[in-house]
Order: sequence, then structure tokens, then C-alpha cells
Amino acid sequence: MTQLQTRIMRPIEWARPITPVRREVISSRPHTDDHRAPVLFVPGFGHGAWAYEEHWLERTAARGYPAHAMSLRGHGASGTAPDTSIRAYVHDVVQVAASLPQRAVLVGHGAGALVVAHALARYPARAGVLIAPIFGGARMLGSAVAHHPFGTLPAVFGGRIKVRRRQLFGPNLHSSAARAYMSRITGVPGAVQRELISYGRPEAPVGDPPVLVVGTPDDKIVSSQALRRVAATYGGAPLLFPGMGHDMMLDAGWAEPIDAILDWLSKAD
Amino acid sequence: MASETDRSATGGLSSAPWNEDTGSWMSLTWRSSDADRPAETQIWQDDQPVYDRGDTVCVIGAGGSGLTAIKNLREQGFEVDCYERETNVGGAWNWRHSRSPMYASTHLISSKPFTQFPDFPMPDSWPDYPSHAQVNDYLSAYADHFGLREHIWFGTEVAAVEPAPDNRWDITTRSSGGGVKRVQRYAAVVVANGHNWSPKVPTYPGMDDFRGEMIHASNYKDVSTLRNRRVLVVGAGNTGCDIAVEAATQAGRCWHSSRRGYWYVPKFLFGRPADQVNVSLSRIPLRLRQWLVSRTLRATVGDLTRYGLPKPDHRPYETHPIVNSQLLYYIGHGGVVPVPEIKEFDRDGALLATGERIEPDLVIFATGYLPRFEFLGEDLLDADAQGRPKLFLQSFVRKHPTLAIVGLVQPDAGVFPISHWQSVAVARWLRLREADPARAAEFWRTVTAAPDRKWSKAHVKDSTRHWFEVSHTIYLRALENVLGQLETVR
Repeated sequence: MTQLQTRIMRPIEWARPITPVRREVISSRPHTDDHRAPVLFVPGFGHGAWAYEEHWLERTAARGYPAHAMSLRGHGASGTAPDTSIRAYVHDVVQVAASLPQRAVLVGHGAGALVVAHALARYPARAGVLIAPIFGGARMLGSAVAHHPFGTLPAVFGGRIKVRRRQLFGPNLHSSAARAYMSRITGVPGAVQRELISYGRPEAPVGDPPVLVVGTPDDKIVSSQALRRVAATYGGAPLLFPGMGHDMMLDAGWAEPIDAILDWLSKAD
Repeated sequence: MASETDRSATGGLSSAPWNEDTGSWMSLTWRSSDADRPAETQIWQDDQPVYDRGDTVCVIGAGGSGLTAIKNLREQGFEVDCYERETNVGGAWNWRHSRSPMYASTHLISSKPFTQFPDFPMPDSWPDYPSHAQVNDYLSAYADHFGLREHIWFGTEVAAVEPAPDNRWDITTRSSGGGVKRVQRYAAVVVANGHNWSPKVPTYPGMDDFRGEMIHASNYKDVSTLRNRRVLVVGAGNTGCDIAVEAATQAGRCWHSSRRGYWYVPKFLFGRPADQVNVSLSRIPLRLRQWLVSRTLRATVGDLTRYGLPKPDHRPYETHPIVNSQLLYYIGHGGVVPVPEIKEFDRDGALLATGERIEPDLVIFATGYLPRFEFLGEDLLDADAQGRPKLFLQSFVRKHPTLAIVGLVQPDAGVFPISHWQSVAVARWLRLREADPARAAEFWRTVTAAPDRKWSKAHVKDSTRHWFEVSHTIYLRALENVLGQLETVR
């Protein structure tokens, strides 16, 4: 990744610390203590820690990694605060990561991957994994409006982004399971949705961690070009799992991507 | 001087020091791969074997500054050996050891955003101004989180740092309790020994005749020292004010002597930590800001002379801030009596500069600390006649590109962020020296050519108290600029 100028002065962050909220963290610990790096899963907008609790958390612990899934403020069982923003989400992630006994691996999904990318610039993680990353920006807005004008356009003016079942899940997930997951998805404040468009690109990660980008060519939200662009930013190519929907941790075939991520981690160790 | 003769290596491992933390003998790594240093060559210096640690960097001290130096050097890929004379991390904040300046009620005077390492925030659940025990826990968590303890040799002190050929360094260490000396050769040295452990005690005529008790604030641990005593606190720094406030509620009487007038900044302004309010103003030109702050303090804190305190003899921001909300409260309730400078002591009391006499039975000197670098020798740090080291950016030693100091600052905010960025700069500099000698030489030319400059707006007399005074905004902006020059492309 190209090195950007190191930023020390952050007067706004110093003057206006983020209001603390209660944070939901669900943990699954391995039976044996191999001193492996803890893995912290960060869900995307509308999802909570539950999305990882469903399958990935236990799978990760079974492979010997202490696994933690958190909910961003306003999501899952985490508290709400008036200053909800991407900066506040990044603060939440760094707070949880720094509370773990060892340097953590940060894994983010969807817009949570953008939050993780920003967190990587503020906390020297062991490694970073960005799954189906929604990095926002004008280009992503253009493509989203072109593909889903009725779901996306209202969001620009403060309405809710509407996602449909077939955007999040592939054809192989049983429809009752898909319906159940859809009913748990919540909204994010309009201001945060708009921030997705205007929020600056993540600064370079601190401590030069290895970063893996994972996705699916059949993602109805993140285009293949967008996926490749993010991967190229971190100097690599995305790891692809065809046939899955955007929610790779919930869709049928959820085991494949997490196993690949853990294989990559054990090699990076 | 180093006299070097080639002899065959014998019995190096048996004298390896005991690592108190891991409970094992530290093993030595012999670097045999360096083509220019044959593996079979043992260096000797004054009949002492010198063990070559290759490209390893030596860090002296495992307090906040030393810990961040280890972390950031490791992050740039360096092997690190850190020597710590105490048996745990934390330095000044490790209140369990006798040289720590902590007292039971010590708390931060800068709020969390200005105190924490920029890449390892303090927990949200902690208050705006954490206690010293929390800071010690924080440093301990930092050491564990980044796996730093395995690089620290506890209970080992550095006796000497001497230059070796090729800008390398011979470090003499021994166990803190005494014991056999051992010399090892390092590629670079980062000094992080702190500057708040060697008490500075002023002298007054008649001090020896005084029959009461005299202690330095470093020996003040908690209020039990003060109960029912007639206490004179000397020094209007933050420690002096803290002790005076405690004496107000615990001692029989309390006088507080200060030589000059200060601005007393409350810990909270407009319901927010005062430093957070202050940084919101950092873009405003200094003069205007000084005017704003003095107006704000006059409106909120009020006229200090009404309390019997001297009028501040300088503008705000010109000295280290005194952050204390309680002192004026207790002066207003008679618990603390402000008095001027002390002229002399006699058998039963002290004569003040105004001719007034007071009769304390306990005098506490909250008069600060002196920086000490005996193991370095003054010529290494390029010190001037008064012993003040002349450094580039308060960190780099112009004559010795592989010697640096971290944390030798007295900022108007926390030291940890400054130590962090200093050690990032040092680590990047050492990396650049290896990776790109041409660019490194270019950078070093700017270092040697750069004039000494002040890092604060202080117009105070050149007391040791103000040697290392930095305004964190002025200093960090300069450091940010230097970090840009040192940016290495991997």
C-alpha cells in the first residue's frame, strides 16, 4: 500500500472524544490455549454480533483462535448514542481491540470493512480481513443508483437503504432462514449512510499488517470492480467465493470463506 | 577506551543474566551470518568479553517511553534488548518501587485524549483524568498487548554506554543489586530513563539548623504524613498544589510558598476537561488565544490577588500549566495559606522574603527533579556548560546518529504520545540508514545543520524546570514534518 503522510495532529478527535456506549461483545474461546491472536469480527451496517455468532464464531474458536464479535453502536445489543458516525464506529472497534489481551486480527464485513480499514490506521492490528467491503464514495453511489435506484436514492435524502433478500443471500439458502435473518436487520441513521459517500479514504494501516480482501463475484451489492479496487489498494487480489450472496457469514456455504480466512491467518502468523 | 584483540570465544552463555519476568536465563543469539564479522571472532575490551548483538537495538528503561520505543522499533523490524533496573514495567508510574515519584492521590493533569498512546486508547470506562494506578495498569496492558515483556531484561541496570567503531555501542550492564558486569555491543541505543526520579532540593541558609522534618515530595506517599502536622509546602508546581490541597484537609496548618504568580487552570471548563476546550482554540493566533484564555480564567477563576496569591507574571501558555481546581477553594476556606518565597530557615521555623516568620514542623519540597544520565557521560549528549543536553528535536544527538533519547520532555499535555512519535521517528531513522544510505545522509545533513530551538512560548528564566518544556502542539507539528521526511517505502 502506498505510504501516506503520517498524521499526528488530530485536534478534532482530541477536543471532542466520542461519547462512550455500552458495547455488545460475544466471545467464543478455544478449548486449548495456543496463544493465537484473538480475532475480532465487526459486522456491517444493519447487522449485529449475532451475524457472526450464527456460524463463524465457533468455527474460529474451534481452530484455536479466541473469537469475538461486536455490535457497533445502535446495532444488536450495543447502546445508542447521539454522536453516531463512522468515526464513532471506528472508536468502538479500536476500544474493543485494545481491551483484548493481545494484538487482535480485525475482520470487517460490508460497511464494517470500511470501519475496520479506518481502525487499521489507528490501531496496529496483527492482520486485517475485509469481507465484501463497502468502501462508499461517489463511484459506489453511482453504481448503486444505477443498479438499485429505488433502494438507494431515498437514502441519499435521509431515507433508509432498502436491501432485498436476493442481494444478501444466494439461491442455496433456505428461504425460511433467509426470512429470519432479514427480520433481524436494522437500519442505520441517515447521517451515517450519507457519510458513506463523503467520508475520506482510509489512511494507510499502522504497523504494516497483512490485509486480505475476500468477496464473491455474485455479490449484488459490491461489484467485482469495487472488490478488485479495494484489494489493489492493499496490494493484492481478492479471494473469491462464487455462488454466494453479500452476507458470506450467513449464506449457505458459510464454512468455505471462514476456513480460507483462518488458513490465511495461520500462514500469516 | 576500547581495546580490541581477537581471541576465541569462550564461555559466553554461563554469564547470561537472569530474566526475572520469564524466570529463565536469557539466551544469547550469536549472529554468524554477517560476512564482515566472522563468527569465531570474540571482541575484548579491558579484559571483558564484548558480546556482539548484531543489529539489535538497546533500549534503556521500561517506563512509558521505553515501552513505546520497544514497540515501535519492533514494528520497524528491529530486534530489541531493553534493560530495566526495577522488576516490572511502568517506570515513574510503577509506584511499588522506591524511586517512583507517585503519591496515593496522584492523578493525571491531562485528560485521556492527550495522555494515551495514539494507537492504544485508554478504556472508555475510565474517567477523564485517570489515577496513577490506572496509568500503571495501562502501561502493563500495553506491554502485554504488544508482547513487549519478552524483550525486557528486568532487574538489570545500565552502568555505561560507550561508543564503539562504526557508530555502534558497547553497553555495560549489571544486576540492579550489584553483581558481575557484562558488556554487549549494539547497533543503536535509545535512552528512555525518565527525568522524574532524581529529586532536586533547593538550599537555603540555616537549613541544617531547622529542627523539624524536611522531605522532598518524592518521599511523600500519602496523607498520613500530614496528619496534625504544621506543614509548609514549597513549590507551586502541580505536585506542590496537590500536596497543599491534601494538607488543607489533613494537616493542622498548611502554608504554601511560591516564588512567582501562576495561572491556575481548573480541571474542567464549561463542563469539559480544560485541555479539550483549549485544543479547540489551537488554530487561533497565540496572542488572541492568550487574551481569550486570560479573560476566561479571570471570569471563571477570578482575581488571584484576592486570594493572597501573587499576580501571574506571564501570559497564559508561557509556562507549564498548573491544573488544579481545588487549591483556590481551600485558600478561600483558610485551609491553605499562601506565602511568598522563603528567605532562610532557623531552629524553629522559616523567615519569609517579606520578613514574616512561620513555624512549620514539616517542610515538603515539591521542587521537582533533575535529569540524570551518568551512564552516558556528558560529552556524548553534547551538553552545554550547565549540563543541558543539546539535541535535535529534543531526541536526536547530532554527533551520534545511532544514539537517541525518548521522553525527555516536559509537555503541556501527556508525555506518552510524544514518546510514541519520537520513537517512531527514531525507528524510521534507523531503518532509513540501512535501507537508503543516500537519503539518510541527506536527512542527517538537515539534522546537523538545524539550529537549536525552543518548543514552547516560554519566556522564563533558564531553570532546569523549563529545560525540556515543550508545547505539545508546536512540538508535534515539527515532529510530524520530520516523520514525513523519514517516510520509508517498503
